[in-house]
Amino acid sequence: MEHLLNLLIKAIFVENVVFAFFLGMCSFLAVSKKIKTAFGLGLAVIFVMVLTTPLNYFILTYLLKEGALAGIHPALASVDLTFLAFILFISTIAGAVQVVEMVVEKFTPALYNSLGIFLPLITVNCSILGTSLFMQEREYNLVETAVFSLGSGIGFFLAIVLLAAIRERLRYSNIPAPLQGLGIAMIITGLMGMAFLSFSGIQL
Amino acid sequence: MATETAPAPVVEKKKEPLFSKKNIRTLRDPLDDNNPITVQVLGICSALAVTVQVKPALIMALGVIFVAAFSNLIISLLRHSIPTRVRIIVQLIVIATLVTIVDQVLKAYMFDVSKKLSVFVGLIITNCIVMGRLEAFALGNKPWPSFLDGIGNGVGYGIILVVVAVFRELFGSGTLLGYQVIPQWAYNMGYVNNGLMMLPPAALFIIGLYIWAQRSWNKKLVNVS
Repeated sequence: MEHLLNLLIKAIFVENVVFAFFLGMCSFLAVSKKIKTAFGLGLAVIFVMVLTTPLNYFILTYLLKEGALAGIHPALASVDLTFLAFILFISTIAGAVQVVEMVVEKFTPALYNSLGIFLPLITVNCSILGTSLFMQEREYNLVETAVFSLGSGIGFFLAIVLLAAIRERLRYSNIPAPLQGLGIAMIITGLMGMAFLSFSGIQL
Repeated sequence: MATETAPAPVVEKKKEPLFSKKNIRTLRDPLDDNNPITVQVLGICSALAVTVQVKPALIMALGVIFVAAFSNLIISLLRHSIPTRVRIIVQLIVIATLVTIVDQVLKAYMFDVSKKLSVFVGLIITNCIVMGRLEAFALGNKPWPSFLDGIGNGVGYGIILVVVAVFRELFGSGTLLGYQVIPQWAYNMGYVNNGLMMLPPAALFIIGLYIWAQRSWNKKLVNVS
């Protein structure tokens, strides 16, 4: 139990997907001009991440790993399909996002209206695919995968809402013209990353 | 680039030469005026984590150039037969296939670099540059210009990557491509490597300053985004 809590805290703070690995930077910089939209995107990312990473875990364990197909035919026991991981992971994510979009639209139109535009964008958010690939590389088991994906999602949510809040204030400050917009956003992200570095070493 | 005056072997009369002015511009624009990272704000995601040293950054840049060029070419060839509704999935599959090739080649011939790049090779798939160029260029242009556009954007991305990596490796560990550059006597006189350069935030600072410099130099880019 303690081990899982550690993993969660590590995923949210110490190894934050945005500040430590620069994942999801595109949408992180593009959709962080207002707190409200940043909030919506953050929630959508948590949702999709928690859904797709365990899904990819099942695909990896029961389809791709060496020996996973042994149940079908003994001759398949030595087949190792992990090189197909990229294609299957991204297809799962694209498919899952599409399904989620339809389900949300059908059953909770209110949520759809607030998330709607962000859902399709999430397919190409690097942090989603990145979480799945980290899951593969670090060989997490199912429970760890679920906890890790939740932590990564919350980490992204936290980062984007924080940056949006800072950028809203920034509108009233006097910045040299060439540095305005993207330049200053980069530098602020760097400063925030430094602040997050102070979490390193935290363990329960 | 003096080749623009020399007409390439012409197959049909109407065809424009391989390196016409327009094609040259397609190739060169992404290097500065329309740089994918500093102007279009695309593809920052998988880029920065691989810039601690120059070597992985170079390999990563080559991988992205390869994937961007060939995915542009393939999608451009297929552009009349892809239904608009499913084009995202088609694009993703094409990209993922190319990235799998890159990954397998790296694993086979450069295992240590492949380990260093870890998940970031796979993340070329969701690199917004590749997707963005497919959407914005390859779907509406002929194969050859699309191919050039892919190369141009890949190189524009690679330049930033290498610039950041040079700064980080030089000031972070005093080496370039693994060779010691800052001499020993400098250390004896009290010079110390900058530890911050090895940490993730340094990449963001360098890109932020690069954008500042580029936009001071090139005034028309101010207030682009």
